[in-house]
Amino acid sequence: MSDTTQSAAPEDDTAKSIYDELPDAPPKKKLKLSWTGKLGVAIVAFWIIMVAIGPLISPFHEADIIGDDSYLPLWSTTEGEGLHVLGTDYLERDIFSRILWGARTTVGISFLATILAYLMGVTAGIAAAVKKGWTDMILSRINDAILSLPTIMLGLLIVVALGTSIPILIGTAAIIYASSVYRIARAYGQEIMVMDYVESAQARGETIWWIIFREVLPNAAMPLATDFGLRLVFIVLFISSLSFLGLGIQPPAADWGSMVRQNLEAMQTATGYGILAPVWPALAIASFTIAINLIVDDISAKSGGDLAKKMI
Amino acid sequence: MQRMVIQRILIGLVTLWVVSVLVFVMTSLLPGDVAQIVLGQSATPESLAAYRAERGLDQPLIFQYFGWLGNMLTGDLGTSKAGGASISSLISGRLGNTMYLAAVVAIISVPLSVGLGLLAAMYPGTWIDKSLTFGTLALISVPEFFIATFMVLIFAVNLGWLPAIARVAEEDTFWEMARGIAMPLLVLVIVVAAQMIRMTRAGILNVMNAPYIEMAILKGVRRNRIILRHAFFNTIGPIVNVIALNLAYLVSGVVIVETIFAYPGLAKLMIDGVQTRDLPLVQATAMIFCGTYVILIILADVAAILANPRLRNPK
Amino acid sequence: MAELFEIDNLQIAFRKEDGTPVQIVKGVSFNVKAGQVVALSTISMATMAYCRPGLHFPGGEVRLHGKDVLAMEPQDQRAIRGNKVAYLAQSAAATFNPAITIGEQVTEAAVLHGTLSQEEANIRAVELYRALELPDPDRLGHRYPHQVSGGQLQRLMAAMALVSKPDLLVLDEPTTALDVTTQIEVLKAFKKVIQEEGSAAIYVTHDLAVVAQVADHIVVLYSGEVQEQGPVEQIINNPKHPYTKRLMAAVKPTPTAGMGDTADQKHDRDVPNIEVKDMTAGYGGIVNGKPAITVLRDINVKIKNSHVVGVIGESGCGKSTLARVMAGLLPAAKGEVFLDGKKLEADLKHRSQEELQKIQFVYQMADTALNPRQLIGDILGRPLEFYRGIKGKERREEVAKLLRLVELPVEFESRFPSELSGGQKQRVNMARALAANPEIMLCDEVTSALDSIVSSNVIKLLKKLRDQTGVSFVFISHDLSTVGSFADEIVVLYAGRVVEQGPVDEVLAPPYHPYTRLLISSVPELRVGWLEDTMQKREMAAGIARGVEITDTGCPFYNRCPIAIDGTCDKEIAPTREPTPEHYISCHRTMEEINEIEQNPQQILHGFEKAAPDGDKAAKPV
Repeated sequence: MSDTTQSAAPEDDTAKSIYDELPDAPPKKKLKLSWTGKLGVAIVAFWIIMVAIGPLISPFHEADIIGDDSYLPLWSTTEGEGLHVLGTDYLERDIFSRILWGARTTVGISFLATILAYLMGVTAGIAAAVKKGWTDMILSRINDAILSLPTIMLGLLIVVALGTSIPILIGTAAIIYASSVYRIARAYGQEIMVMDYVESAQARGETIWWIIFREVLPNAAMPLATDFGLRLVFIVLFISSLSFLGLGIQPPAADWGSMVRQNLEAMQTATGYGILAPVWPALAIASFTIAINLIVDDISAKSGGDLAKKMI
Repeated sequence: MQRMVIQRILIGLVTLWVVSVLVFVMTSLLPGDVAQIVLGQSATPESLAAYRAERGLDQPLIFQYFGWLGNMLTGDLGTSKAGGASISSLISGRLGNTMYLAAVVAIISVPLSVGLGLLAAMYPGTWIDKSLTFGTLALISVPEFFIATFMVLIFAVNLGWLPAIARVAEEDTFWEMARGIAMPLLVLVIVVAAQMIRMTRAGILNVMNAPYIEMAILKGVRRNRIILRHAFFNTIGPIVNVIALNLAYLVSGVVIVETIFAYPGLAKLMIDGVQTRDLPLVQATAMIFCGTYVILIILADVAAILANPRLRNPK
Repeated sequence: MAELFEIDNLQIAFRKEDGTPVQIVKGVSFNVKAGQVVALSTISMATMAYCRPGLHFPGGEVRLHGKDVLAMEPQDQRAIRGNKVAYLAQSAAATFNPAITIGEQVTEAAVLHGTLSQEEANIRAVELYRALELPDPDRLGHRYPHQVSGGQLQRLMAAMALVSKPDLLVLDEPTTALDVTTQIEVLKAFKKVIQEEGSAAIYVTHDLAVVAQVADHIVVLYSGEVQEQGPVEQIINNPKHPYTKRLMAAVKPTPTAGMGDTADQKHDRDVPNIEVKDMTAGYGGIVNGKPAITVLRDINVKIKNSHVVGVIGESGCGKSTLARVMAGLLPAAKGEVFLDGKKLEADLKHRSQEELQKIQFVYQMADTALNPRQLIGDILGRPLEFYRGIKGKERREEVAKLLRLVELPVEFESRFPSELSGGQKQRVNMARALAANPEIMLCDEVTSALDSIVSSNVIKLLKKLRDQTGVSFVFISHDLSTVGSFADEIVVLYAGRVVEQGPVDEVLAPPYHPYTRLLISSVPELRVGWLEDTMQKREMAAGIARGVEITDTGCPFYNRCPIAIDGTCDKEIAPTREPTPEHYISCHRTMEEINEIEQNPQQILHGFEKAAPDGDKAAKPV
């Protein structure tokens, strides 16, 4: 090998140094959660299991009317029926059982809606980022328009126009939240599109599908996964709010949002701990959404915090 | 810079136009025949047809749309199909109530949340930060109807300090007015502030990674000056954006709170309109909501452009 | 009596995931009197009693005026920072807060520590701007960082550090990111103010040639330990430790004719491999063959088969744009590109797959050029599959061959890019281009992001590839010595125009274009006193104080040229002269005039009267 500039460095020494170079970044860290994150995972896992088996293990059916008394306090027993862990509601149904059944509707529907919102939002968002030009312009303006309508109002309009079946509820939530997913997916997509490796793939002559599925999406996956959690929280709250307004899931099916609404009067009419009837389903919602937020908070970079601690 | 501002405004106008199409199409999808609803079951086919012709309801949708758009642009919001009253008069009182509540909430919550957000960012990892982070996280995780109910339980039912139902009347004194809106005010401040505190903190901590912050530390700059002078000025863009989004929410998104406290605001009016199939009313309120949103977002973008010295002082 | 500053058995460590500490600095000791010291490591931060998040000090002492700063209370440490000890970072562009005026940032430390009032600090800042030869010193403070150039920001950072008259300055690679002509200007300013202010300094760098200019005393650190220390002359003239010798070897030689080795003739063909004719390119909408922002103007370049053409110029001169036009990444506004004599479409979307395969682009930053979510095996395997239909087991074998070709272990195929070092990634980056079996590789600053030893290894690899594969190279760099040691031909770009081009030995020998002359003189030599000697020279005194101006009329180098002819050079496009076959120089001066000036360097110069860019406070002739 011809070499005029490096004669001082012995050949074997140089060769060795190539292999000895330290990597720029340590090997990918395994996701390490703090105790709050672990708590979040445990709670979310619990509710997902309840979606699957809740109705099987619940002591009563969601529509069972005990026929004894409404607004029984927690841990009361009724004759011939058994223990009511969280008491009974305004129609004399077992609240604990209804919460277990409600997991399937509230959590299940929200999950489906979030997944649908993601399919729509990510497809459109990445397409806008990759295609640019008119595609981007048109998609973005339609998206702005949907975003500018208040979510509950938009949901209300669609539900009133098309009726309150579960598929329509899922579709409505998905369309409304797809617009915010679109914004985020497009932003990440644009960020990745200016990377040299994408340009390199374009220069190689790769098709748009290769660029989307092999270059852009894998790199957007992690941040989008974090956002998925937040979006799920918003959709749970959205569907609960629609139910609270009486436009969500229709009785007698149990869902946490309408359970709160239906039992609100307990606060004025019930006695003793019976007034907690609307609190239990509300706590169920809160436990699920807080748990997801705890996980998301834990995963998202604690950026800046470390440097900020050095301030005096 | 002027070009950027003009561009933003043009994009906003295009968005408003798309919104108008969307609103019109969606409201015309609402089930039920207006003529039937207004004239009742006993109406003859002739009277129904006459009603439709009078209102232009027999024309193709596209003509109806342009007629409606033209009227909107000239400030004619039409008459309520249900009551026959002019929509402008229906809306104006409600709009006043909504704006009043939104303004009071904004005046209290914006400085409060920016302040608390800065405080949390200034002492990361301390108990102040931890309690603020967890508190706001819990608050954004629970449905607002839960917060509202909880507040009623405490302040109206248990303590009996405040009325559970909101009250606004012309003749009220200042204190009566303050007491009248105290409950919805409290709930909205909590809901909105939780969001803004979190975003302010996150925005500041995001900037804290920048090398110029490390340089400030190495120059021996004090903590409060690093946050307030070095970090905050670079975070104004995102913070203003979050404030704008929350203000838009205060105008248009407070259905739940208005329902629970029976506050006579615009959102409640729109719901009533949807339930009575009062299309002109729904269309007008929807356009007001979207217009507010678009204007606030444009203002936020312009503020961000003005706050950026790169755009303000070209080379 | 304690020294001004002492480091005693200092250790720095970080904790790995599993909690085991890893030592980066393993017990380092040295002292600083009033003078200058050079260390070669992350040690700089320790002197501020500050370390980046994740690092900590397990042991040792850092004493300023005899007091251990590591043991101080945080408040007392803060009182020292920016006051007694000041820090200059590598990248001024990132270190200045974009939202605050320069004046406030420069004076901040002095005012906050109470050493000066705001008015006094402002006066002192203006004095420093003047001493650092910054333009328009009276109004500079009201501007924002984005309104001044990179070299000016670097000098402003010196003003920021010096404003409170610190006892000790810590300079962390402050010129590494700069162009040579800017570097020399910044070095000169640093050296002058450090001498005038009389403060001690620690100058951290891996570039021994720079060290030789500014230091009195050198400390060589390697793998966390002091390998060698002594007065600058002793280390430079008589290095003992093998690592010091390696550093010496990695110093770039002064570009001279005959420094490189040229390709043999075995791959030669008649038709140029790639040719660019009358090309104009830039950004923004194109009207009448003229883009909104013109970056390159009337470019003619030929690359012969299996040759290496070096493209050289300062940042912003259009080097990368030239390569992007050839690759079709940026369609030219005017002119043509030919591949093997056949005209290429301007936009790569319209080029055939075969044409795409023949021209491969190698990006500067391997970090962004390799998809972080793909394994090295897939990154290299995809072009094999895409262009050549190689699949399955055969693909694995080809990937292994490629890895061996770029001297990487075969096991790397199952690693992600983040598990490789910067130099290793750059090798993968080149292997990916080679996987396409190209005829020509466009290498855009491929060694600039690497440190000197790693980059000289990469150049060695490129030479091997050229000899083995017969690939042509367009090698873009701002570093004339690297280009000189590798290229067969050199194209010198200035403000979007070719000012000189030809065989390497012709370009690096007289007659020079005045800009080439400036570039050659600006490469630091490993010699004490080089800076002072060079500053005496005519081309320096005229050329450095001013920046690049892209002009529509006349010679773009007019405002920096020491031998410009007023009334001609600023009005007319320079004629292209051909002193020897295939060696072109665009200059109004005849070759005889240039040669004569070369013989007689003290001739009257152009432009001292109007030296400073903003018209006032001209740099005085030496």
